[in-house]
Amino acid sequence: MIRLERRREPSRLWSYVTPVLAVIATMIAGGLMFAALGKDPFEVIRTIFWDPVLGEFAFYYRGQLLIKAGPLILIAIGLSLGFRAGIWNIGAEGQYIIGAICGAAVGLAFYPMDARWLIFPLMILAGAVGGFLWAMIPAILKTRFNTNEILVSLLLVYVAEQLLASMALGALRNPEGSGFPGSRNLRRYESSANTELFEGTGMHWGVVAAFIAVIFAYILLNRHMLGYQIRLTGQAPRAARFAGVRPNLLVVFCLGASGALAGLAGMFEVAGPAGQVSIDFNVGYGFTAIIVAFLGRLHPVGILLAGLLMALTYIGGEAAQSTLGLPAAAIQAFQGMLLFFLLAVDMLTNYRFRFGKREVA
Amino acid sequence: MDLSSINPVVLIASLMVASTPILLAALGEMVVEKSGVLNLGVEGMMIVGAICGFAIAVETGSPTMGFVAAALGSALLSMIFAVLTQLFLSNQVATGLALTLFGLGLSSLLGQGYVGIKPPSTPKMDLGPLSDLPVLGRILFSHDLVVYFSLALVLAVWAFLKFTRAGLILRAVGESHDAAHALGYKVVAIRFAAIGFGGACAGLGGAYLSLVRVPQWTEGMTAGAGWIALAIVVFASWRAGRILLGAYLFGGVTVLQLNLQAAGAAIPVEYLSMSPYLITILVLVIMSSSRGRASLAAPASLGRSFHASS
Repeated sequence: MIRLERRREPSRLWSYVTPVLAVIATMIAGGLMFAALGKDPFEVIRTIFWDPVLGEFAFYYRGQLLIKAGPLILIAIGLSLGFRAGIWNIGAEGQYIIGAICGAAVGLAFYPMDARWLIFPLMILAGAVGGFLWAMIPAILKTRFNTNEILVSLLLVYVAEQLLASMALGALRNPEGSGFPGSRNLRRYESSANTELFEGTGMHWGVVAAFIAVIFAYILLNRHMLGYQIRLTGQAPRAARFAGVRPNLLVVFCLGASGALAGLAGMFEVAGPAGQVSIDFNVGYGFTAIIVAFLGRLHPVGILLAGLLMALTYIGGEAAQSTLGLPAAAIQAFQGMLLFFLLAVDMLTNYRFRFGKREVA
Repeated sequence: MDLSSINPVVLIASLMVASTPILLAALGEMVVEKSGVLNLGVEGMMIVGAICGFAIAVETGSPTMGFVAAALGSALLSMIFAVLTQLFLSNQVATGLALTLFGLGLSSLLGQGYVGIKPPSTPKMDLGPLSDLPVLGRILFSHDLVVYFSLALVLAVWAFLKFTRAGLILRAVGESHDAAHALGYKVVAIRFAAIGFGGACAGLGGAYLSLVRVPQWTEGMTAGAGWIALAIVVFASWRAGRILLGAYLFGGVTVLQLNLQAAGAAIPVEYLSMSPYLITILVLVIMSSSRGRASLAAPASLGRSFHASS
């Protein structure tokens, strides 16, 4: 007879193996899904995971990789802090939008002044503050009124989307855009453009920020008291309370940090790859980042790798869309599947299988 | 703005239609939460129900078949959640989110060929002379079967939880799964059943959106209805009667803001569209700030994994 037994502590080995196992399982299940859609599963998998990195046109895709991975990593790093402490900010998409609106608004306010040294840093600041303040809504409601932060942060995404539409059609609309929705192009405005730092690599300031965030998160979690408190709260909330952790402070810090990082990601996106505030500016990075955070096992370095892998599925998905006619939604379902498998195999780190009869204690 | 263009009778009648999807989903989720499981995948189950119902209704030409298919499809989807959380003991919050993300992707994949099609119309119930009553007939007796079904379901869920032995066992599992397990109840099996019921309800709600309320298929058409349903369960402090109240309240807000949009209110459309979400947040805050009552009403084992260690 097979039964489950809880491990004394999570297995180190399995915590490294399970993400890989989940990716492989997703490739198999995804392959079946692609086959059901009438595509050759091996060709699709190769197009998604192989061609963008090592294929014939890889030089084009490699730049895209960092562009997509940047915001994902940046947002996921922030989310992972809260997830570790059992504080669930799932409204990163909203904070991302608000960061973009605030950053763009500052940039547009100075148009057409020529002072990059002043305007660009101000925009970065505005993006971070915007995301931070948007995340403060669920944080303060949680600490003051004990309101569920999951529902509030998520519902605010829909509010932010409406706000984005209102901005794109109203306050931030390009006055010279002959009535079309959408703001001026920030990328074509010298002082606000989030340009590529090295031609063709896709490396822009947002990617730099993502790498810095990874390093800071690593130091915070491993070398700093606050990081220790975050981990302690996640593993033993009661013990944390006795150890003098102030739960409200953690809620404000975790939500605030993730909001600010998501806001930064939005600002770098709107000033760079996206270029303008438009109705369909947000493409779901805030939600995909949740998958990235879990795939990276809430560890900064893991998230870095997971972000790159997830960016690969985006790019490979687009490639498969254009060359093989794979529906765009298939990739979304594929990413969702990945999270399922991750959660399923996660059991192996916390439990072990015991075979044979149970002995009497 | 021309407020006189808003007809109160039509407003209340359409309120009932607008509330039905949320009411169904919230009722199902309440039963799930009463069994001690927090399923955040309502949004995903709703939208999968929406496309399943829509596709089958279009293919067979029968809305009834559509609703049945929606309930089955979403119940099937919810089984993924049940297997992961109950057998693989995964985190319920994360798994619920995964269900929503997967459901959104799956639904747009399934719905590719169905954009821009009109579904077969769901017939109104023929209630004879009752429908001809002035005012009341238009408000109460001019709806389709699903509206009445949802109202009956409120009653049924209330009676089930309050008066039946099975309902008592379900609540016991939700309050203390260890105690229920010690008494010999199959905690995992009971939770499987509850999750399946919640899935079927969410699916019905989704199908009502795509077949009656809108009626059309567009990607992401649930637009947060599942999340509002989750909030309503909290608002209702896990009571069937209050779920009805909550759902109709939010239906009312939705219909009112749509009517204000149509009447050309001075407030921009985007801000009116925000209002249902903002009011949901406001109500959540009010409910949770009255400390004690709301938090006491939550099932004690809500969101905790059950593992029979001994």
